[in-house]
Amino acid sequence: MPRYLLIESRDPFDSNDTGFCRDLATQLAAAKNDVTLFLVQNGVLPARSGARSGDLTKLAGAGVRVLADSFSLRERGIEETGLASGVAAAPLEIVLDALAEGAKVIWH
Amino acid sequence: MADKKTITIAIMDAPYESGRSTTTLRLIDLAAKRGYNINVFAYEGAVLQPFAAQKPHPNAVHGRDVEQENHFIPKDAIAALMREAEKNGGKIDWVNCGLCVDERGAVDAIPGVRRGSPADFWQLSEASDNTLVIATR
Repeated sequence: MPRYLLIESRDPFDSNDTGFCRDLATQLAAAKNDVTLFLVQNGVLPARSGARSGDLTKLAGAGVRVLADSFSLRERGIEETGLASGVAAAPLEIVLDALAEGAKVIWH
Repeated sequence: MADKKTITIAIMDAPYESGRSTTTLRLIDLAAKRGYNINVFAYEGAVLQPFAAQKPHPNAVHGRDVEQENHFIPKDAIAALMREAEKNGGKIDWVNCGLCVDERGAVDAIPGVRRGSPADFWQLSEASDNTLVIATR
């Protein structure tokens, strides 16, 4: 099964194009691909349970693994216990693992 | 190491301007610790990341001297990453886009940085297990 890792570094409060990763991830998952969305930098802001986190929960429900960089969460004072449903904290090693294993890795 | 990989990363951001620089260095650090070979193609403002003339500075506003301020210097971080990769059996091949260097007067880079062109990026990518382009906005 083709594997994709989409990296979202932008947050929906500042950028109006974060739908790109969500839409692409949804379509790739619907096409039976193994898809992970990895949030990093300000991209982790919507991972807090609350405003705008619903999109990520919905994405997880569509079969996309949604992860948020632990370091970026700590930098922004976001507790892992406060993450939205469907979102889990993960280390940056996720990206290097995906690269090493030959996944298609796309930065946004 | 048994499963040595070669990863190519392209970056475009100048130092001190974006979290992308930090994330890039974090990724290189992880790869260096694994003993991977890491190719970096620095384009546009990113050619200033290993610029040799970077200097630490004091912070008069907060009353700190140079040592107390301990300001982060990207060229020193990159040099340390090169040493870390070598220590673990890997290497960092850092290629600065030559035209980008000339445009910015960033000719003096730290040892281990070489001049190249986007053609090098293609060749590095072709010879790698995988490539990540960290695009600027």
